[in-house]
Amino acid sequence: MDLTSALHLALPELILAVSVLGILVYGALRGDKAAGSVAALCGAALIAAAFAAAFNGHGKVFNGSFIADGVANFAKTFIYIASALVVVLARGYFERQNNNRFEFPILVTLSAIGMSMMVSAGDLIALYIGLELNSLAAYVMAAFRRDDAKGSEAGLKYFVLGSLSSGLLLYGISLVYGFAGSMNFDAIAASAQANMQVGLIFGLVFVIAGLAFKVSAAPFHMWTPDVYEGAPTPVVALFAGAPKFAALVLLARVLNDAFAGLHDQWAQVLLAIATLSFLIGGLGGLMQKDFKRLLAYSSIANMGYAMLALAAGTDKGVMALLLFSVLYMVDTLGLFSAQIALSRKGIAVSKIDDLSGLSKVDMKLTIAITVLALSVLGMPPFSGFWGKFFVFGAALEAGYWGFAVAGLVASVIAAFYYLRIIKVMWFDGDKGELDKAPFEAKWIAYAAAAFAFPIAAFALSGLYPLAETAVKSFGLN
Amino acid sequence: MSPVIPNLLSLITFLPLVGALAILGVKWVSRKDDASVIERNAKWIALWTTLATLALTVILLAGFDRTTTDYQFVEKVQWFSFLSYHMGVDGISVLFVALTALLMPLCILASWDSVKTRLVEYMIAFLVLETLVIGVFTALDLFLFYVFFEGGLVPMFLIIGIWGGKDRIYAAYKFFLYTLLGSVLMLAAMLYMVGVAGTSDIPTLSTYAFSQAAQPWLWFAFFASFAVKMPMWPVHTWLPDAHVQAPTAGSVLLAGILLKLGGYGFIRFNLPMFPYASELFTPFVLTLSVIAIVVTSLIAFRQTDIKKLIAYSSVAHMGFVTMGIFAGNQAGVQGAVYQMISHGFISGALFLCVGVVYDRWHTREIAFYGGLTKLMPHFAFVFLLFTMANVGLPGTSGFVGEILTMTGLYQASTWAALVAATGVILSAMYALTLFKRVMYGDVTNEQLKGHPDLTLREKIIFAPLIAGTLLLGIYPAFVFDFTTASVDAVVATYRAVIGG
Repeated sequence: MDLTSALHLALPELILAVSVLGILVYGALRGDKAAGSVAALCGAALIAAAFAAAFNGHGKVFNGSFIADGVANFAKTFIYIASALVVVLARGYFERQNNNRFEFPILVTLSAIGMSMMVSAGDLIALYIGLELNSLAAYVMAAFRRDDAKGSEAGLKYFVLGSLSSGLLLYGISLVYGFAGSMNFDAIAASAQANMQVGLIFGLVFVIAGLAFKVSAAPFHMWTPDVYEGAPTPVVALFAGAPKFAALVLLARVLNDAFAGLHDQWAQVLLAIATLSFLIGGLGGLMQKDFKRLLAYSSIANMGYAMLALAAGTDKGVMALLLFSVLYMVDTLGLFSAQIALSRKGIAVSKIDDLSGLSKVDMKLTIAITVLALSVLGMPPFSGFWGKFFVFGAALEAGYWGFAVAGLVASVIAAFYYLRIIKVMWFDGDKGELDKAPFEAKWIAYAAAAFAFPIAAFALSGLYPLAETAVKSFGLN
Repeated sequence: MSPVIPNLLSLITFLPLVGALAILGVKWVSRKDDASVIERNAKWIALWTTLATLALTVILLAGFDRTTTDYQFVEKVQWFSFLSYHMGVDGISVLFVALTALLMPLCILASWDSVKTRLVEYMIAFLVLETLVIGVFTALDLFLFYVFFEGGLVPMFLIIGIWGGKDRIYAAYKFFLYTLLGSVLMLAAMLYMVGVAGTSDIPTLSTYAFSQAAQPWLWFAFFASFAVKMPMWPVHTWLPDAHVQAPTAGSVLLAGILLKLGGYGFIRFNLPMFPYASELFTPFVLTLSVIAIVVTSLIAFRQTDIKKLIAYSSVAHMGFVTMGIFAGNQAGVQGAVYQMISHGFISGALFLCVGVVYDRWHTREIAFYGGLTKLMPHFAFVFLLFTMANVGLPGTSGFVGEILTMTGLYQASTWAALVAATGVILSAMYALTLFKRVMYGDVTNEQLKGHPDLTLREKIIFAPLIAGTLLLGIYPAFVFDFTTASVDAVVATYRAVIGG
C-alpha cells in the first residue's frame, strides 16, 4: 500500500497529532488566559477525529504495525467522543477550582492519541508506544491538583504502580520477541503455530498482567480506589471509561491475533482474573463510604465481566466486549458528571452519606443517578443490563458455566452497594440545599441517564449491527 | 377475530407509563402552583390512566377468542440481535392482565388520602409498576419477559423504602436482594436456552425438547426465581417483612399481583418447557408446598400483627397454587389459575381492610382492637366476607380454587392431599380467631371510639372486590371459559411428554 493511502487510514490520529501540536504552541504563547479557546479547539479536534474514525476504511499499514479495521474504528469513535466530553466537563470544573490551566485539554487529547494507537496496534512496539503515550498524559492528569495531598498521592501512586506494570509489560514483550523472533502479531502467531515454546506463554502472561493493570482488573487493581478518590473528578471520568476500553480492545487484539493458538492457556489466566475481579469488586465495595471509591470497586467488578467476554475468544466475545464497554463508558461518564454537579457550599459532595435526601433537594439529578447506578448494576431495562447480557451470552456459549454463574452471583452482592446509593438519596433525610449545579455537568449526567433508558433500548438496534460488522473485520471465526 | 384497536396490548401495557410521564409533564407545567394543586393533578391523572387501562382491558376481554389455544393480539417487531418485541396473550395471561388492570385503580383510590408524603412520586411509581407487571404477562420473548420481570423490583423497592413503616429499609433490601438472587440464576438459564434452541421466542421454546441432562438444571434455575417470587417455603421470609412495611396499596399490589408472577412463571415456563424435570421434581415441590401450607398457617396463628398474619396466610394459599400446578393435571392447573385470580381479590381486599383500620388508628396490633363490629358495622360485613372467602367458604371464589387444587392433588398424590387438607382447617382457625379478636367482644379500648365507619371512597373500593369474589364463587365458568383451552393445551403437552 502506498504512503498516501497509508496516511489516509491513520487520518484520525494525524488530525489529532497535528492539531494538538499547533494548539500547544498557541497555548504556550498565550498562557492560561487562553485556556477556554484551547479547550474548544481540542474538543473540536476530537470531534473531527471521531468523524474521521467513524468513516475510516480498513487496512493494515506501516509494515503491519498499524491496523485500521472495524473494531479499531468503532472503538476510536467512542473514545474520541468520551474524551471530548471530558474536555467539556474539565473546563468548568477547573475554572471553579481556580486551577484553569491550558495544558489540561491538551493532555486529554494526547492521551486520546495514545488510546487510538493502542486500539490500532499491530505489533508489540506500537502497543507499547500507544500505551505509554496514554499513560504519561494520564500520570500528569492524575496529579493535576498538585497542591492537594490526596491529589498528589493519587498521581504518585498511579505513576509508581504504572511504571511497574510497564516494566512487566516490557519484560513480557522481550520474552515474546525472544522466543517468537518477531514483534509483529501475525509473525508471532505463525511462529507459535510452528514451534510452541514455554517461553512464549511466559511472555504472554506478563503482557496480560501489564494490560490488566491498565484496566484495573484484580489482582492488579490496587491503585484504583486511591486514584479515583484523589484525582480530579473529570480525570477519573476519563480514566474510568476510555483508556480501559482501549486497553481491552488492545488485549483482545494481542490475544486473538498473536496468540490465537494459545487460547486454552490465556483463557485460564483471563478467567482467573475475571473471577477475582468481580469478587473483589463486589465485596470490596460493600464497606466504602466515598462515592468515587465505591465507583472504583464497581469498575473493578465490571472489568471482570469484560474479561469474561474476552476469555471466550470468539467473535461473540469481542462483540460483547465492544457493546459492554461503550454502554459502561456512558454510565460511568454520567455518574462522575453527576458527582461533579453536586456540591454544597463550594465543597464537592464526595461521601455517599452526603447524598442523603437528595431526592428532596434535586429530583432530576436523583433520578439520573438512580438510573445510572441501576444501569451499572445491570438491572433491566437499563443499558447496563444489555451489556452484561451480551457478556454472559458469550461466556455461556464458550462453556464457562461456573464462571458465569459466579459473576451473576457477584453482581447480586454488588447490588447491595448500588442500592445503598439509591437508599441514601431516596429514603434518608436531607442535608440542606445544594449549590447550583453547573450546567455542563448536569446535562451530561441527564443525557447519560436518558441514554441508559430509554434511548439505549432503541439505539441498540443500531449499535448491535454496527458492532457486528466491526467484529467481522477482526479476523475471527 | 380481528382486534378492535390496533396494537391493543402495547397500548394497555404502556398507557400507565404514558400516564406517569403525563404526571411529570403536568408537574413541570404547574410548577409555580401550590403543592396541593400538583398533588391533586397527580392523583386524578393516575386514577384516569388506570381507569382507561381498565377500559381497554375490558375491550381486550371482549375481543378475546376463548376457543383457541393460540396467542392472540400478537405483535411482533424485530428488535436487535435475535431479540424481538413480541407480545401476545392466551387464556391464562389475559386474566392476569385483567386482574392487574382492575386492582390498580383500587390501589390509587386506597392511597388517595392515606399517603401524605411525596404523593407525586408515589403515583408515578405505581403507574410504572403497572406497566412492568402487565408487560410480564404479555411478553412472549424470553428476554422481554425478563426485562419486565426484573424491572418491577425497582419501583417496588422505592415504594417499600419511601412510604413504608418503621423497618422499611431493611424490608426493602431484603425484598430486592432475595428476588434478584433468584432471578440472576434464571437469566443464566435463559441464556443457555437461547444458545441451544437458537431462539428466544416463548411459544417456540415451549415446544422445544431440551435434553434430559440439561432440564433439571434449567428447571431449577427458573424454579429458584419463581419460588422466591411466589414465595414458597423456605424462601418466603422476605414477604412478611415487605408486607408489614409496605403502604396499604403496596401490600395490595404485592399480594394481589406480584405474587402471581411466580405461579404464572411455573405454568408458562417450568411445566411446558421442562416437562421431564417437572415430573422429576414433583415430589420435591409437593413436599415444600405441603410444608408451606401447614407451617405458615401455624405461624400465622401466632402473629400479633394483623398484616403479618394475612401475609403468612398468603404464603399458605400460594402453597395450594404450587401444589395444583405440579399435580400436572387439568384440575390442578385449572385450580391453581383460579386460586391465583381469586387470591388476587381476597388478599387485596384483606390488606385494604387492614388499611381501613390502620388509617384510623395507626396500629396493626391485634391486641389494640376489639369490638369493632359495634362501631363499624359496614366494615364488619366487608371484613367478615373476605375472612370467609379466605377460609374457602363455598359460595366465595376461595372455595373453588381450593377444592380444584385439592382434587388435582388427590389424583397426583393422596398423601399430600391429605396433609394439605389440614391447611383448610388451619386457615379457618387463624382467620376466624383474628376476626373474633378484632371485631367481636366489647369495646374495651376507649381510643377506638370516635372514628367513622367506611367512607364512600372506601365503599367504592370494596364494591368491585366483593362483586368479583361472589361472582367467581357462584359462577366459576367465567374464569374457566377463558382458561380451559389454554390450560388443556399445557396439560396435554406435559402429559404427552411424561406419558400418562
